[in-house]
Amino acid sequence: MRAIFFSTTFRTRLILQQCLISKRLNSIYSPSYGPGNFYHLDHVDLNESKFDKILIANRGEIACRVIRTCQAMGIKTVAVHSDIDHNSLFVKMADEAICIGPAPTKLSYLNEDAILNAVKSSGAQAVHPGYGFLSENTKFAKKLSDHNVEFIGPSSESILAMGDKIESKRIAKKANISMIPGFDGEVNDVEHCVQISRDIGYPVMIKASAGGGGKGMRVAWNDEEARENFKLCKGEAASSFGDDRLLVEKFIDNPRHIEFQILGDKQGNVFYLNERECSIQRRNQKVIEEAPSVFLDDITRRKMGEEAVQLAKAVGYYSAGMCTVEFMVDSQKNFYFLEMNTRLQVEHPITEATIGIDLVHQMIRVAKGHSLRFKQEDIKFHGWAIECRVYAEDPYKAFGLPSIGRLTSYKDPSFIPNVRCDSGITEGSEISLYYDPLICKLTTFGKNRSEALTTMAQALDAYVIRGVTNNIPLLRDIITEERFVKGDITTKYLPTVYPQGFKGKMLNDQERLSLTAVAACVAVKSSIRDGSFKNMLRQTVRSLPKTYTYEILLNDKKVLCHVKASAENKQFEVQIDDNIPVFIDDNFKLSDHVIHAHVNNEIIALQLFKMESTGNVTLIYLGTKYELRVLPEAAAKYMSIMPEKKAIDYASVLISPMPGIVKSVNVQVGQSVSDGQEVCIVEAMKMQNKLTAGRAGKVKFVGIKEGDTVEDGKILIELE
Amino acid sequence: MNLARNFLRNTVHSSQLIRSFSSSSSNALKVKNEVKRKRELALVGGGTKRIEKQHQKGKLTARERLEVLLDPKSFVEYDMFVEHRCNDFGMDKEKYYGDSVITGHGLINGRPVYVFSQDFTVFGGSLSSVHAQKICKIMDQAMLVGAPVIGLNDSGGARIQEGVESLAGYADIFQRNVLASGVIPQLSLIMGPCAGGAVYSPALTDFIFMVRQTSYLFITGPDVVQSVTNENVTQEELGGANSHMTKSGVAHFAYDNDIDTLLRTRELFNFLPLSNKDPTPIRECDDSPNRLVDSLNTVIPLESTAAYDMKEVIYATVDEHDFFEVMPEWAKNIIVVGIVANQPKSMAGCLDINASVKAARFVRFCDAFNIPLLTFVDVPGFLPGTSQEHNGIIRHGAKLLYAFAEATVPKITIITRKAYGGAYDVAVMGAQGAVKIIFREGKNVKDKELEYIDKFANPFPAAIRGFVDDIIEPNQTRKRICRDLNLLAGKQLDNPRKKHANMPL
Repeated sequence: MRAIFFSTTFRTRLILQQCLISKRLNSIYSPSYGPGNFYHLDHVDLNESKFDKILIANRGEIACRVIRTCQAMGIKTVAVHSDIDHNSLFVKMADEAICIGPAPTKLSYLNEDAILNAVKSSGAQAVHPGYGFLSENTKFAKKLSDHNVEFIGPSSESILAMGDKIESKRIAKKANISMIPGFDGEVNDVEHCVQISRDIGYPVMIKASAGGGGKGMRVAWNDEEARENFKLCKGEAASSFGDDRLLVEKFIDNPRHIEFQILGDKQGNVFYLNERECSIQRRNQKVIEEAPSVFLDDITRRKMGEEAVQLAKAVGYYSAGMCTVEFMVDSQKNFYFLEMNTRLQVEHPITEATIGIDLVHQMIRVAKGHSLRFKQEDIKFHGWAIECRVYAEDPYKAFGLPSIGRLTSYKDPSFIPNVRCDSGITEGSEISLYYDPLICKLTTFGKNRSEALTTMAQALDAYVIRGVTNNIPLLRDIITEERFVKGDITTKYLPTVYPQGFKGKMLNDQERLSLTAVAACVAVKSSIRDGSFKNMLRQTVRSLPKTYTYEILLNDKKVLCHVKASAENKQFEVQIDDNIPVFIDDNFKLSDHVIHAHVNNEIIALQLFKMESTGNVTLIYLGTKYELRVLPEAAAKYMSIMPEKKAIDYASVLISPMPGIVKSVNVQVGQSVSDGQEVCIVEAMKMQNKLTAGRAGKVKFVGIKEGDTVEDGKILIELE
Repeated sequence: MNLARNFLRNTVHSSQLIRSFSSSSSNALKVKNEVKRKRELALVGGGTKRIEKQHQKGKLTARERLEVLLDPKSFVEYDMFVEHRCNDFGMDKEKYYGDSVITGHGLINGRPVYVFSQDFTVFGGSLSSVHAQKICKIMDQAMLVGAPVIGLNDSGGARIQEGVESLAGYADIFQRNVLASGVIPQLSLIMGPCAGGAVYSPALTDFIFMVRQTSYLFITGPDVVQSVTNENVTQEELGGANSHMTKSGVAHFAYDNDIDTLLRTRELFNFLPLSNKDPTPIRECDDSPNRLVDSLNTVIPLESTAAYDMKEVIYATVDEHDFFEVMPEWAKNIIVVGIVANQPKSMAGCLDINASVKAARFVRFCDAFNIPLLTFVDVPGFLPGTSQEHNGIIRHGAKLLYAFAEATVPKITIITRKAYGGAYDVAVMGAQGAVKIIFREGKNVKDKELEYIDKFANPFPAAIRGFVDDIIEPNQTRKRICRDLNLLAGKQLDNPRKKHANMPL
């Protein structure tokens, strides 16, 4: 074990940094509506007794999140981290940092002994587990209480009762909570799984007993899928949670996922802090969450909230601090108990933004033994909040397959009013294979849903992320998509709205015109600048042309563009084919992170992602990256003569869709495979991804073996 | 002055024309029409059929290429009416105005450049004596004026019908290539075949661009190779863009087609001074010299042996991430462009023969044209092994040393992590190696290793002795470089006068 100590100068800088951060917490988060202060319902009382020092047994954004509240409360913090995280933001923010092992989570963030040692050596009085990792680990909570260290969260008994899905179902059933038909026991083996599935009736959901967050959860529609998914889930459950027990339940069609935030204290108060709707999911993992839900009326809300509280109380959940009761709600507003999470949820910021309570503050207070200082009647929605999970993943592949890389450029939009960014990364951070690919939880809030959505669009447009593929294109498209805007959503939203998968924003004529016009202006500006030397006395005095002509190619469609640049008006007049000319203000620089172009007096936001001398211009517009080819007249004239580049035959080669670790290779050179046959499994971010042959044929080349680390785009297997 | 004479000759010529015009209006009209007719003929080179054929191969014609390369309407042509002088083998019946090359000058982003573009539609672009003369004329002018020369090569080789006269033409061009070297930048674009003796003209120039799939560069073609060595090899394998980019290191850049190649040439041109007497161009830029580069704080991994991409350091440091890499696919362990950097991502960034040669050549180009040198060092040392030693790593490594020592331009070196051995004495070698030598029979080798790490594997020993000027925070890199470059712009240093140095070639 290795401890990292900071030098004095470094520490001073850190303290300054921390001051800035805690200042940010109060100023930037203050909404421009409602009661003013972000956490208006209960303020930090510095005179209240508190822990002196808290260790955060987590990493990334949630560690930063907990540290911020600790700072506001005047509590010292200890970060524990793996070696590759040594430079991370949360490590820099904490007062102390202790390295607990190498990158793999089993050796670091799940390494209970190393963390216990860190607790002892740092003298922390309490441990905040964040979410994931050890947050619902009864053994760990028990070990802490054996050492007289407070676990900020429910007692190990409560976790045992509630955290385990099988156990919690038994309890809920006893308490008469509405349940989904299912098998409340452990599934023994593949055939047992098939038997249970038949009893319940397909479709069924197979999921890890210890799971959450969509990992180790799969739907089966028939016996064959039940067998296959049982195996995959078991593997995922083991690698994600170190517990491979599975359960099976009825799968409900067209459901909404609505969950209730519960907060309790050791004095027996248990309140519900209203709902969050988390229906926008892919592979059972949440993408966009909001509070309140457009679907619930006050009566249903109260019914569900009270049932959630009743459940919590029924199981003696009074010393717990915080939990979330998840329901599935069908179109008739019938709701079924799904599961209970005894931890701080990822999406807690939307509750904080709408209810006005710092949930981490309350967790820490309750753990210290203080009682809640508000009543159920105080809980009201103030405005609307939406959270988008910005992930390092490629949304064009199965709505998001993980990607990795270094954030070579990173500017979050937290400077925009009513925007909150919960992020553990900074420019230069590395998104690695080892951990969750979350870049940021982007929360916006407003008086109502449409205001929050408008702010979300602005925030996503202003979000600058370079070096890592991210899912902003998908997020940006959803928040303006008709069904979503109407609130007509289910957990099937993505496959229903994008049956062919996400293909990027489909531009209408006006948007296409604007994008093309901006690309033309970028080309003109670049052309003018290419000739603007500061020290070339011998440069022939350039009489700049009055009109620039380009041929612009976008999605296989060519248009002719004439741009008149007027230096006096600082304006471009862009004529595209025979459309009415577009006027664009020359108010941006080519190096601007975000270009706010005034197109016909309307402001649109674009990002110039790439510009090459060959005329390739990549612009981000409405979230999606568009590759345009802007060619000057002479080059455009001859482009058709150029030979076409040979395209790769994707049916014959299997390319790794994401970086990951090869879990198994099921074919050998010379072996015949059929179309769709599984040839290998690549695990990335704890998700096992089955890769199949694109056509039938004989295997010509196998470029991988079990245990290999592969990059995105690597050729894994080739067919003859 | 050669140039003046040329211009004078042109003037006299046209005034004579004017005089003859006035003698008889009908004759004048005839001549005028004749000029028009010949010009039109010259513009179609070898005729529409051959142009068609050229297009079918995915290649542009000589004129179309110039249209894409140069600023619109800036091309001024010379010697359009020149004809070849060969009367043997029925050649007198087949003549094309301008013969098989188009020459002249034009502008790239407003700056002058001389160009020649070989016309494959005329006798397969073969080099006749007048073809060579036309090229020599613009090269002479370029030297006098002080402007770069860009040669677009697309030629089957010597004009066989002309025999030695054609070969003499090559000699004249080579001589001019050599004399112009270091005086004006010379760029060669290989856009079709370039074989036999012809390859040495591009080889003598500063940068070679190739077009993938349609250009070849070799001394002897596949047929000769087959008959002499029995090797069966395609043109593409033998001398295509891929071979020269990845294996031989002959080509500096390769792109997918003619248009990409020509547009990229414009891009490179913008980085180059017009001649060794002209300043390095400074173009408008919106990137502040004081920008802090925070991403550099985390780019270097903790372990001294872990790889990282030096290009990330470069991209993050330079103006607006604008970086034009020379030889991106050859000797990937070293990156160059006014910047020379070890690449830890490839072969741990160590120096081998290819890396030394790549860097040395580039350093000399920069020095010749007063382009300051920025060096990013992260090098474990020279690559060990018999293959390296027997192939002359001593000789080739000396080139790099020589080039750097000879360079008088401002030189700034940033050591990003380690600089061992021949690279720079931050430490003579890595701790493990050193411990093995200092304590040949020690038992507690690990302890000794730690002692060596403590003593030398940090910047202090070098800083204490003044071998490094400062230890900087990574995010300050750009700011410091910009300040120093500004200051060093006034650097004046002359090496002793000599006929020429004896570089370890």
